[in-house]
Amino acid sequence: MTLSRFIPVRETILAAAIGVLLAVVASRFAGFIAPSNLANVFNDTAPLIILALGQMVVILTRCIDLSVAANLALTGMAVAMINVAMPGLPIPIIIAIAISLGAVMGAINGVLVWKLSIPPIVVTLGTMTIFRGIIFLISDGKWVNSHEMSPAFTGVPRAEFLGLPVLSWVAIITVVIFGIMMARTQLGRSIFAVGGNPHAAVYTGIDVGKTQFLAFVISGALAGLTGYLWVARYAVAYVDIAGGFELEVVAACVIGGISIAGGIGSVGGAVLGAIFLGVVKNALPVVNISPFWQLAISGSAILIAVAFNAQSGRKKGRIILKDAEVRS
Amino acid sequence: MTTRAAAASAPVVSMDAITKTFPGVKALDQVTLNLYPGQVTALVGENGAGKSTTVKILTGIYQPDGGTIRVAGEPISLTTPNAASDAGITAIHQETVLFDELSVAENIFIGHAPRTKWGLIDRAEMHRAAQGLLDEIGAPFATSAVLRDLGIASKHLVAIARALSVDARVVIMDEPTAALSHKEIEELYELVETLKAQGKAILFISHKFDEIFRIADRYTVFRDGAFVGEGLIEDITEDTLVKMMVGRAVDQIFPTREPHLGDDVMQVVGYAHPTEFADIGFTLKRGEILGFYGLVGAGRSELMQALFGITKPSKGVTKINGNIRVIRSPADAVANGIVYVPEDRGKQGAVIGLPIFQNITLPSLQKTSRSGFLQLVEEFKLAREYAERLDLRGAALDQDVGNLSGGNQQKVVIAKWLATQPQVIILDEPTKGIDIGSKAAVHDFMAELAGQGLSIIMVSSEIPEVIGMSDRVIVMRDGRIAAEVAGDDLVPETLVRHAAGITATAQMQGA
Repeated sequence: MTLSRFIPVRETILAAAIGVLLAVVASRFAGFIAPSNLANVFNDTAPLIILALGQMVVILTRCIDLSVAANLALTGMAVAMINVAMPGLPIPIIIAIAISLGAVMGAINGVLVWKLSIPPIVVTLGTMTIFRGIIFLISDGKWVNSHEMSPAFTGVPRAEFLGLPVLSWVAIITVVIFGIMMARTQLGRSIFAVGGNPHAAVYTGIDVGKTQFLAFVISGALAGLTGYLWVARYAVAYVDIAGGFELEVVAACVIGGISIAGGIGSVGGAVLGAIFLGVVKNALPVVNISPFWQLAISGSAILIAVAFNAQSGRKKGRIILKDAEVRS
Repeated sequence: MTTRAAAASAPVVSMDAITKTFPGVKALDQVTLNLYPGQVTALVGENGAGKSTTVKILTGIYQPDGGTIRVAGEPISLTTPNAASDAGITAIHQETVLFDELSVAENIFIGHAPRTKWGLIDRAEMHRAAQGLLDEIGAPFATSAVLRDLGIASKHLVAIARALSVDARVVIMDEPTAALSHKEIEELYELVETLKAQGKAILFISHKFDEIFRIADRYTVFRDGAFVGEGLIEDITEDTLVKMMVGRAVDQIFPTREPHLGDDVMQVVGYAHPTEFADIGFTLKRGEILGFYGLVGAGRSELMQALFGITKPSKGVTKINGNIRVIRSPADAVANGIVYVPEDRGKQGAVIGLPIFQNITLPSLQKTSRSGFLQLVEEFKLAREYAERLDLRGAALDQDVGNLSGGNQQKVVIAKWLATQPQVIILDEPTKGIDIGSKAAVHDFMAELAGQGLSIIMVSSEIPEVIGMSDRVIVMRDGRIAAEVAGDDLVPETLVRHAAGITATAQMQGA
């Protein structure tokens, strides 16, 4: 019974890295680690956390979803326009529409991967462009601005509950639901099995394609939810919102130790990966470091994370190889 | 042929006392192999005799642990595939390693293409030389043809042209006819004669006796990684060769059991697949162990995968306890009490990355969840129960399954299936690649399961295992049932004869 089985190594290291980062920033600007500011940083990172969890399940099944940011933008535009057209529509219905719309877009990705066996990177690269194009078509390239949105629409993400904005609470609830889903449901277990060994999963009676489809639906639904939260929070919707955000989402997963080869990863890792990026993004301006460094730091973090994962995966590879020799 | 064989001088390549050990397995034990210029030597042996390992040593992929390889009398060490190629040894593999998207000429000369004085590839010279080689072997296609568009036989010709392009002295053909039609095989034989006439030494690996007696000049027999004998084909009969292949001291002890056969559990009627098998029908009784024997490529695993719903048969009916059941997916199979323990546990068995207990409960999650949520305590209980039944020692159940030895991983996979409480369990090569001790444990366990009323289908290429464990054996050949053997007929010679189809070709011996 080694200790490492009870304390996940990867997550501990990442949490320590975030701690060090906070300490360094605090030494230059103590106010950064004030609880109220940390809460702000968390709130700012909430959309990334939500999307990273959706991306995590997709990556765990050996796929990737590059269309999340476009999905978010399209859903955000759609609900903003609905709000403009029908200001009286209750917000819970708006949220339901956003989640459904996102899920439908995820389902399109999923069906293409499942039934037509198109590589996920190609599928989502295509739908990413298509979704952005549709935003332009439905909006005529125009912006939906804050004065056109109803106060209820823009108010929800900012409303405070027990001292935290609703946006933060949505992220927290998503984390809890994902924690339960991955650890305690058949779907969660299937997701790990499909990514860990698709052949074995087939022999176990798990439908690999269907599991990947469901992962895309989950990712899409979360992108839709985030679409509403994003547009409402910033009180503006236009074609290019969250442009390139999909890469930040994938980066959060990779930094969080989600193996890009599938099958390995944890909710905690994805959340910490997102928080790491959020801290970097918020801390650098405070300590007067150019935002361009942020890109370099994020990039280095990705490389370090991948190198670390490759190293820890190597030992396992040797065992398999020895075994393979015996069999041949 | 005879005169040339008799006049054989010194071997061009000789392996002397070559030994190769893998962890837990002695793949080759002091074997001898001699290849003579202008002659075809057939390397004969059952699956697992060490033929593939021999090929890999000769082509520089594996390094022997002991012994000497001589080329033209000089000791040589073949440390890399390139060294083997420089020594003039080249192989045409079962699944020939070529590049689908490149042209014929590029495939022939990849790695040693003629260069211009600027160091660039001289395409004109490459195509000219390639055409010369193709003419030499009578290949009917253009040097500019893209390999992807060629059939398997043509690809073999490309591989042979490639072998000739490096000026090979030794050509290894590892089951070259396995995927060829009758006509293509005849053409291959002619080509072999051409190569012989050029003075090349040929190592010919085949399971088909008609082939061996047709084109080989010499034979060498391996059994369980040991050298059994060698000589001239003209001095030996098929019977003697079969005996050399299988005749062994019984060195394994199998559990004795009194089979109590019950009702028919599973009936398979008229199973067929467009390309892999046809006319398959058999019944399986409660408590029976039914062995499936055949050569590699006889369609056994393909049949099992169809029975388990992984591939779809084009025709046929499965009855479970007398009722027709439609099995279209593994989930259907598991629901009908059929489970499959695949041969390649690394690829198809355990999910590396999940802990042991989650591997064991993976197909039983329905049973261990309540209102949609997995009950970890029950999962653990189920996993522990079956881990203990399988005597899975030295392992905490929350440990990653990747840290277990091969034998223990196999146990996890078997435990996983037993936990679904099946009626029929299909074991594909259950003891392949595991050590003797674990083998005995698996055999004892199979006997115990059959004693408890579980019906077992065992696919095995190891004759002692098939004979030692099965109540009845079905021999498959070329996708069909060649024979059903039980009782006193269940002896190695019968199985080998049916698997190789010797009865039909016995007269060819004189040819």
